[in-house]
Amino acid sequence: MIRNIPLAAMVGLMFTGLYFAMAILAPWIAPYGMAEIVGDVWEPSSPEHLLGTDNIGRDLLTRMIYGGRTTIFIATVATLISFCTGSILGFWAAVAGGWVDQLLSRFVDLVMSIPSLILALVILSVMPVTVPVLVVVMGVLDSTRVFRLSRAVAVDITVMDYVEAAKLRGEGYRWVIFREILPNALSPLVAEMGLRFIFMVLFISTLSFLGLGIQPPEADWGGIVKENADGINYGIGAALYPAVAIATLAISVNLVADWVLNRTTSLKGGR
Amino acid sequence: MAPILKLIAQRVALGLLLLFMVSVLIFIGTLILPGDVAQSILGQSATPEALANLRRDLGLNDPPVQRYFAWLGGVLQGDLGTALTSGQDIASVMWARLGNTLFLAFWAAAISVPLAIFLGLLAVRYRDRWPDKLISGVTLASISVPEFLIAYVLMFFIGVKLRWLNPTAIGFRPDADVFTKLEAIALPVAVLTLVVLAHMMRMTRAAILNVMQSAYIETAELKGLTLFSVIWRHAFPNSIAPVVNVVMLNLAYLVVGVVVIEVVFVYPGMGQYLVDHVSKRDVPVVQACGLVFAAVYIGLNLIADIVSIVSNPRLRHPK
Repeated sequence: MIRNIPLAAMVGLMFTGLYFAMAILAPWIAPYGMAEIVGDVWEPSSPEHLLGTDNIGRDLLTRMIYGGRTTIFIATVATLISFCTGSILGFWAAVAGGWVDQLLSRFVDLVMSIPSLILALVILSVMPVTVPVLVVVMGVLDSTRVFRLSRAVAVDITVMDYVEAAKLRGEGYRWVIFREILPNALSPLVAEMGLRFIFMVLFISTLSFLGLGIQPPEADWGGIVKENADGINYGIGAALYPAVAIATLAISVNLVADWVLNRTTSLKGGR
Repeated sequence: MAPILKLIAQRVALGLLLLFMVSVLIFIGTLILPGDVAQSILGQSATPEALANLRRDLGLNDPPVQRYFAWLGGVLQGDLGTALTSGQDIASVMWARLGNTLFLAFWAAAISVPLAIFLGLLAVRYRDRWPDKLISGVTLASISVPEFLIAYVLMFFIGVKLRWLNPTAIGFRPDADVFTKLEAIALPVAVLTLVVLAHMMRMTRAAILNVMQSAYIETAELKGLTLFSVIWRHAFPNSIAPVVNVVMLNLAYLVVGVVVIEVVFVYPGMGQYLVDHVSKRDVPVVQACGLVFAAVYIGLNLIADIVSIVSNPRLRHPK
């Protein structure tokens, strides 16, 4: 099993695992407290502060570890919300057809005709910016993409004989969706999940970078970029660390997702 | 009426309908707050008088449907209302800023579109060799990187370390001459180009490969045409529609990328205006900006649609 994993996917898995482990173990591996001021402003890296200190003298490595925790946690929860709502509604639209399908599909078309960042900004202008609100807004806006995919996948499955048989047997929507369609639609959805997760990481980072995501003193990677952005003009690169972290996390998840997609779509690799 | 004009008219009408629905959605988006908009704008410590005043100014005492039509009526006449925080007329501020944003986006498009198509063709020419592999690799990296990372990396190295260009767009003033303006936007344009370039290149590559693999290209090759005339006479006319589609989709993507880039480079455009007023909870400005962004986005998609109809005889003469 291990030997069959290509090198790129292996590297991706390793980095993804590393980031998730860091997120879970944050309080134990972080050298200082999250909001603890331990040094001067923007100290260069030293044995005490491996990445130096940030704009008000907090240890940057500690901020990065806690920031990663927030980013990964929010992205994960938002991805789950997006998948649950998107796929269930998508399957429902495919199974029910008729006006349910029309209503849901046209509504999704409408939401997708506005860039999701713009729509999120419009909604967040009146909502209190808290973690639950952010997660729900991101999850719901993104579920439109999952809806499209799962509807497209499910439409192909609903015309299969076994679904017909289940319907003739008198099974309800719930049985058809969860027992007939879901198991057969799972593999494309799982591959898509990796891409949605990356999109969420970029989304929350962008919102926080714009000052409309996680509020200080809580940290997330986008927020750390924002806090340290002024340093760039003085030649201090503190803002580049979280940006690099976002990029490496996204690339490694992408490599894994690519591999999963190839495995599930290629005839030889198969399950 | 010629069938093609009818088709285009239908598309435009659909686009307008969509825009109307979007305006409803944007309006509802600012209503869904559980509780009171005025309270959330002013915060918990607001006095009852201030709350009452704001509610009256926002027209919150009227029913939502009436407020929506009052707003829409204003928008149709070019009156976008006044900003809550500054009391300025939104339309006049926004047109100036929209001009700045379009200036930025125009130069980004003018550089990235020809470059992406050229590189896409290069990738097709050297398919599965190193130029192609390099392009795929760069694409994977660039869709995984947030816009502001590219922006800060360029700003850090080119603007601050090497001092080739100004790190921010501070030099951009309305009264500056064109060269000063171009110098000020050089870095933001470079970033936007990088943001859309890889994606556009890859999609161009896919579109052209798709055409190149079809049977009529093989026929053309077999009857001994030169590579140039195969591409010019047979591949190019058939790939206009997909390539224009790619370009329009990426320009639409540019509209969103601009929001973040403007904030990074302190560029006085629409994106910065929107973000500033979201954090100030200035609802009328946010609604107006949201609507304009959505209109540009829908407009670009509409153009892509129409071009693909016009350039494809099968769509032009539906059965």
